[in-house]
Amino acid sequence: MERFAALLDSLLLTPLRNGKLQLIAGYLRATPDPDRGWALAALTSAVDFAPIKAGTVRALMANRVDPVLWALSRDFVGDTAETASLLWPEPEPAANEPPPTLGGVVTVLSQATRATAPAVLASLLDRLDTPGRYALIKFATGALRIGISARLAKVAFAQAFAVPVDEVEEYWHGQQPPYSGLFAWATGTAPPPRTDLLPLFRPFMLAHPLEDEAINLADYAAEWKWDGIRVQLVHVGGETRVYSRGGDEISASFPEIAGALQVPAVLDGELLVRGNAQGGETGGAASFNALQQRLGRKAVSKTMLAESPAFVRLYDLLILDGEDLRELPWSQRRARLEDLVPQLDAARFDLSQTIPAKDMSALAEIRARARDAAIEGVMLKHRQSPYVAGRRAGLWYKWKREPLLIDCVLMYAQRGSGKRSSFYSDFTFGCWNGNPDAGGELLPVGKAYFGFTDEELRFLDRHVRQHTVAKFGPVRETDKSLVFEVAFDSVHLSKRHKSGLAMRFPRIHRIRDDKPAHEADRLEALRALVT
Amino acid sequence: MAVRYGVADGTSVADVHEPIALRGGVTATFLPAGHVLGSAQILLEHAGERVIVTGDYKRSPDPTCLPFAVTPCDLFITEATFGLPVFNHPPIGHEIAKLLDARRANPDRCVLVGAYALGKAQRIIAELRVAGWHEPIYLHGAMETMCRLYESLGVPLGDVRPVAGVAKADLAGAIVICPPSALNDRWSRRLPDPLTAMASGWMRIRQRVRQRGVELPLVISDHADWHELTTTIAEVNPAETWITHGREDALLRWCELHQRKARALALTGYEDEDD
Repeated sequence: MERFAALLDSLLLTPLRNGKLQLIAGYLRATPDPDRGWALAALTSAVDFAPIKAGTVRALMANRVDPVLWALSRDFVGDTAETASLLWPEPEPAANEPPPTLGGVVTVLSQATRATAPAVLASLLDRLDTPGRYALIKFATGALRIGISARLAKVAFAQAFAVPVDEVEEYWHGQQPPYSGLFAWATGTAPPPRTDLLPLFRPFMLAHPLEDEAINLADYAAEWKWDGIRVQLVHVGGETRVYSRGGDEISASFPEIAGALQVPAVLDGELLVRGNAQGGETGGAASFNALQQRLGRKAVSKTMLAESPAFVRLYDLLILDGEDLRELPWSQRRARLEDLVPQLDAARFDLSQTIPAKDMSALAEIRARARDAAIEGVMLKHRQSPYVAGRRAGLWYKWKREPLLIDCVLMYAQRGSGKRSSFYSDFTFGCWNGNPDAGGELLPVGKAYFGFTDEELRFLDRHVRQHTVAKFGPVRETDKSLVFEVAFDSVHLSKRHKSGLAMRFPRIHRIRDDKPAHEADRLEALRALVT
Repeated sequence: MAVRYGVADGTSVADVHEPIALRGGVTATFLPAGHVLGSAQILLEHAGERVIVTGDYKRSPDPTCLPFAVTPCDLFITEATFGLPVFNHPPIGHEIAKLLDARRANPDRCVLVGAYALGKAQRIIAELRVAGWHEPIYLHGAMETMCRLYESLGVPLGDVRPVAGVAKADLAGAIVICPPSALNDRWSRRLPDPLTAMASGWMRIRQRVRQRGVELPLVISDHADWHELTTTIAEVNPAETWITHGREDALLRWCELHQRKARALALTGYEDEDD
């Protein structure tokens, strides 16, 4: 546990990616099984002890620290695990048992029930110092949040044992923590794990945002970028699984999709909801908002299936009848996909059409005209590109629609957590309901916590502190004097908000400290952009 | 004070523990505060009533200044820079050992310690000497005047030298002290791959360390931590406590939980990030 705690602390203080990779790789080489496997599971967010939640930690602390002092401390520190690690009463030295190993922690925690979890966690905390307690709580609650992506951890694994990262990604999904099969393969003591007989998730190929690259459209195919959720459909041995971008299985939320695929294949596509609700055309795809109603549901009602039926717009074909097509160029995979689609249930699957355009400026015009609510922009795929995990330069690009812009007034601010724990960095902003010079009031229309530079954040933080008119717990109300230009992808009608509007992806585009608040936009202006 | 703020007219030098008569039957006495060399609490007395304004203070031992004098009073006005129970400054010897370990582990680099120029820097130098480090310690230009003043007032700092003019190669394995603002400044480019350390009570909190962007956090402060603040209130045992300069809310809550009469003197201002 001390080693893992030291790893977490060094990772936090190492800003550069290469430094982080070296730290993780060094740890994986030097640490024995199963501890290193569990650490890898923690870094890739694959650890979950159901009976232990953040609430378990809070409840333990409530028995040891005054609730007001806890709340003030938590608010300042910005992290529950760290606050608890600092406030945990130091145990009597006589009671000191040696600190547990990571594997030992797993043994104890996996036997815990909801009833015994608090006592089990407490006795482990009593055996650790402050950094150890922090690491334990992070590990046990399964949320490290230390800015390490699963991908980075896999790259570090590949570096540690000098194996190709694509193979690590490929074998990863059939493995369970502490990944003994994976370590055995990487260290050369066992053959690679088999993947072809199981309905496993294959890592998605992703796109780079298109910036200044010069693209010759002759080399690329253009497709719409649909605004649903990216899914992978895997059918093996009579069973179909639907996976989301992160590799989570979501088959239960979309039974009509899982039930409709009968071909042994692995397909890549966009999950969408059919309907003209909220801006979609009849029979076409509805906006993301409509799809959102279906996400995260364990059971789906008949009404829901009837009102918001899901379908998948197919982008790519990875495996068909046991034949792995991923090495083939996109154009060949596309031809195979086009042959396959007519054999599929047309109510549930269609083909993502390519966009004919003679050059980039023609494509830019088509993209600018696209106002379908379910279109996020355009994808560009190199016709020769194999299907490879992750983002590769030059193969696929996403070219998003220009964002919409509106001037809003800062109303409330709340301190961030993590890196921004001491900064007011979550901003609620509003538009005028009526004429501000004739009694019109501001109504909140959204919240944003990104889009600004570090320097702008310091400006905003200072502004909030100097312009506070009221405090509600962690929230400060400002004097509503500052105007932002807010960028967003789209805006939809919403019954959940007082303004009746909900923005998608709002971010702070520009601070307009030159603009007086009464010149900010009115609600009508935002309503006119509803799709 | 003169070195830091310039000489003002009508000032005179006060000795600690010497009462000074003011108008209206009030006497004022300076009492050691243990914060930095020359730091003082002020005791005000009038008709048998006693008020103490602590100013900045700490309770942990410091070879460069007199220790905090616990003095009974009716009204105790205390600072609260680190007035949250998460602040628990470890013994300074522990942090100095971390510094020396980091130096040893990185023989080709120099260790650059960011420390407040008045008090913190001199305390770290004195503690390095206590820990047996007798090599020259190099100083950023902004540190020199204050170090010389400390030495002239009888606080020996050993071999301290200006870093200016020393060849890069000669600084490998050295300890260099600079103001926090110079840590990531262009100035530090003259040093051989400096391992940056920051000495501050805020270094107790991980995200504060990240915001500073330092590699080696040293939890060293010249302010009282939570334990010292609460112990001091209990020992001084005033009829009433006023809390200012920092996180009043938590200390106020502690007073409430311990049936002590207290209020917050809400002075506005930004917290001093270098403490």
